[in-house]
This record gives sequence, structure tokens and C-alpha cells, in this order.
Amino acid sequence: MGKPRISDEPVFDGFKIKVEELNLYYGEKQALKNVSISIEEKQVEAFIGPSGCGKSTFLRTLNRMNDLIDGCRVEGKVEIGGQDIYQKGFDVPYLRRKVGMVFQKPNPFPMSIYDNIAYAPRTFGIKKKDELDEIVVSSLKRASIYDEVKDRLKESALALSGGQQQRLCIARALSASPSILLLDEPTSALDPVSTAKIEELIGELKKEIGIVIVTHNMQQAARIADRTAFFLMGELVEEAPTTAIFSHPQDERTLSYITGRFG
Amino acid sequence: MSRKGLSRYLGLSLKGVTYLSLILSNVALLGIIIYILVDGMGYLTWDFLFGPYRAPDLISIWPAIVGTLELLLIALALGLPIGIGSAIFLSEYSKSESKLVKAIRLATETLSGIPSIVYGLFGYLVFVVGFGWGYSLLGGGLTLFLMILPLIVRSVEEALVSVPKSLREASLALGAQKSRTVFKVVLPSASSGIVTGCILASGRVISESAVLLLTIGMVVNKVPGDMLSAGTSLALDIYYFSNFGMPEEAAATSVVLLLLVIFINLLALLAERLLRGKGYGKA
Repeated sequence: MGKPRISDEPVFDGFKIKVEELNLYYGEKQALKNVSISIEEKQVEAFIGPSGCGKSTFLRTLNRMNDLIDGCRVEGKVEIGGQDIYQKGFDVPYLRRKVGMVFQKPNPFPMSIYDNIAYAPRTFGIKKKDELDEIVVSSLKRASIYDEVKDRLKESALALSGGQQQRLCIARALSASPSILLLDEPTSALDPVSTAKIEELIGELKKEIGIVIVTHNMQQAARIADRTAFFLMGELVEEAPTTAIFSHPQDERTLSYITGRFG
Repeated sequence: MSRKGLSRYLGLSLKGVTYLSLILSNVALLGIIIYILVDGMGYLTWDFLFGPYRAPDLISIWPAIVGTLELLLIALALGLPIGIGSAIFLSEYSKSESKLVKAIRLATETLSGIPSIVYGLFGYLVFVVGFGWGYSLLGGGLTLFLMILPLIVRSVEEALVSVPKSLREASLALGAQKSRTVFKVVLPSASSGIVTGCILASGRVISESAVLLLTIGMVVNKVPGDMLSAGTSLALDIYYFSNFGMPEEAAATSVVLLLLVIFINLLALLAERLLRGKGYGKA
């Protein structure tokens, strides 16, 4: 329930992600089995695997979006910057500020472009116009969409093209100044040109923040990810530097998947 | 006839049937409006609208205009906040499978289907007799409030449910609390649906007569002094005038009622357009 809770903001010591023996259940069904992984800061980590393998579910445990699903239960340990994010009374809204998310389908609010980006800072209590202006402009610039929209900030975000909407959503996520950005198949609904723009953008962003991207496109993982994790039926099969996983995978199943024998 | 010819023939005749029903329904509507205007317009004078009521020479619907507005005020002032609040609870804060919610949903659906005279009887027994208020605008307004409440709850809930889940997720993923998500994202996105629901509810209030017959007393000749005095409404006046041999006055009152309904619909259109200008309503 949405009762406001006064709590001390947790202090993150860096933004390394450390997951140990994570099990996740939807009611009776187990969706993630014994997942353990460490993800370093300021790099791109890709999750690949066939549909329904648990990669998106796992992504959503990292900012606790699974909390929204009835009957979802999590066991095990998920640490970000040394903080157990599933500990009792943890400030989940603050976690989500620091661990931003962009979804598969662009989901701009039905408001102006400006108000879309100013939404998060306003949530944190920023009201001064010049402060908001600065955040809006810098977020749009970081998502490299500023030049395309600077003359129509007051117009509805829904008038933008799909690719622009998705970059707007990235800008909106950046406006909360996250240290990790979770991308859930961000380009699967986009054309190749828009996809290329977003991939280029990811290359820029990883200089400042960590990026975890779920993709079902293996070429995309190969192009942009420093490390890649392969999921299959709720298990983390293999996690290694991207070049290693695509050139000589250690696991039989990984080999079958990347050579296109199933998936 | 070949098969192709037959299906072409069927297609054409279906088109004919739809055109015919379109014409029939519109002719009926136009006929009513023209009939009312022809009969009533001549009687629409300043005195008829706003003058004092001294039968048999001076007939006025001013008491009904005041009564209608008061009823609208009471019913909406209670119905909108409570109805919208309940709808928000049902769609945003409750688990849709829970027994309580299912029971509430069943209750609102049943209540919105009950004939209004039953509400009138309830209002009569509770407010007029039980509370000992006698016939009063307050009692009538409260009964109308009870009558439109399920209507508002259902239409607002429908509007809220149709807001895509992805917008709620977007807001929560930015670190917004649930309450902010509901009030800044979900409600504005549902605003045009909510406005439509409210307009429907006001329409019901304005056009209701059965409830009022049993609760406010149909005192057509006196401007109500306060909320607890008996009174009348436009719809009741139409009933009264036509029952007591004043069909032209009834038609003239109908014109006023019609104009009021048109005015409220225009208001809704305007509200929707304003909200759409802000980018809402398209989600």
C-alpha cells in the first residue's frame, strides 16, 4: 500500500551487484533456480536466453519490480553496493531511483515531453523551475534526443515516433540520476535505425553508469555487452566475457543456443 | 442467382436495413425535439423562468430550477468524492480476487440496476418518515446520491482499469510512491473517462422523477427556503403540469431541461478537450 514511510536512505557502497542463490516463485511455479552472479560497475552486462527463461524476471528482481506481482516470492540474497535490497523495511522507492529501468515497449506518460522528464525530479521534491529545466535538458542530452525535441518540449510525448519515445524513456530514467540502468529488451519494438541509435547511446552511458540489458538478439549482446549471461529454464547456465561466451562457451547448452539449435 | 450475386444482394440489403434504422432512430429523436420546441418555445418568458409563482395567472418554474440545482449539488458533492474514492480503492489498492472486492463489485452492479422508484421508497422510509424530516430537498438529494453512487463507482473504475499497467510501472520504476503514481499518472490518464462518468451521473440526477415524487414532495409554487424544505424539480414540474392540464407549460419546462442537458454535455466536451490539450486522455 502507498503509505509514505519515513526512513533513512540506505547508503550504497558503490553499485556492484551481488546475487547469491536466488530462487523466485510465482505461486507454486519456480521461475528462477539458484541464480548466483556478480556484476561489476560501469560495464554492460547482457542477459540472453530463449523466451520464458527467466532473464526478464531476474532483471526485475534487481529493482524489486517483481514486488508488484501477486504471489511472487523471493529467496536468497540480492546485494547492491553492499546493501541487501530485500531486507525488511528497505526503502524501495530509493532503490528504484538508484537502479532505473526502461521497458520493452516505450511507455511515456501522456504528458508533455518536459513533464515526462521532470516527473522523477518533482517526485523527489525539486520544484524550482531553473533546477528542473537543467535536469530536463541534461537528461535529454544524455539520451541524445535533445536536438530532436528541443523546440517542442511542451508538446505531448505521444506525438514522438517509437524510437524517439524509447529514447525519451531512457532520458526519463536518467533524470532520476541512477547508478545502474536496467533495460528490458529496449529495442525489440524498434526499427534498425532506432536500434542502432540506442546501442550507440548505451556505449556512451556505460562510461558513467552500469547497464544490465536483457535481449533476445544475440548479435546485439555481441555488439554492446562487456559480459554476457545465458539463462535457460530459470537457471543461469553460464556467465563470462562476451567474446568468450560467443567464441568458446563452456557449457553444451550455451553452444547449442548461440549456434541456433534452439531458441 | 449466382453465389456472388446473392452475397452482393445480401450485403446491399443489410446496408439498407442499417440506413433505415439510422433514419428511424434519428427521426424519432428529431420529432421529439421539434414537438417540444414548437409547443414550448412560446411559453418561455422571463416570468415563466424567473418570476414569482401565483396560480393561475403567473406560472413559474423558478422553484424547480432552484430545486434541481440544489439536488444536483447535494448528490454530486457527496457522490463524486465518495464514488471516485471507492473506485480508486477498488482498482488500485485492493486485490481483484479478494472476496470483499467481489462482493462490492456484485453489490454495485446490482444497485445500479435497481429501478429508481425502489430508491425513492427507501428514501421515503428513511428520510421522510424515519428521520422525520418530512418531504425535503436534502432527503431527495441524499437518495439521489445513493442512486448515482454505484453508477459513478462503476464508470470511474472502468476508466481506471483501462489505464495501461505499463504507465504505473513506469512511475514506480522511477522511485515514485504508489500514491503519487495514482494521483499524478493514473487519475489524469483516466480523466476523460472519469468526466464522462460524472456527466452521466448528473444526467441521471437531472432527469430523475420517481425518486423525487416520494422524497421532496412536488411543491411547485414555492421557492425552497433551505435544504430541509420541500420542493420540486424540473422533471417533477413536467409531470405536474401535464397532469394538471398545462401541456404547454410542461413542454416549455422540457425545453429548459433539454437545454440544461445540452449545456452539461457541452461542459463535458470542453473539459475533455482541455484535458486532451494537456496530453491526457489519449493513453
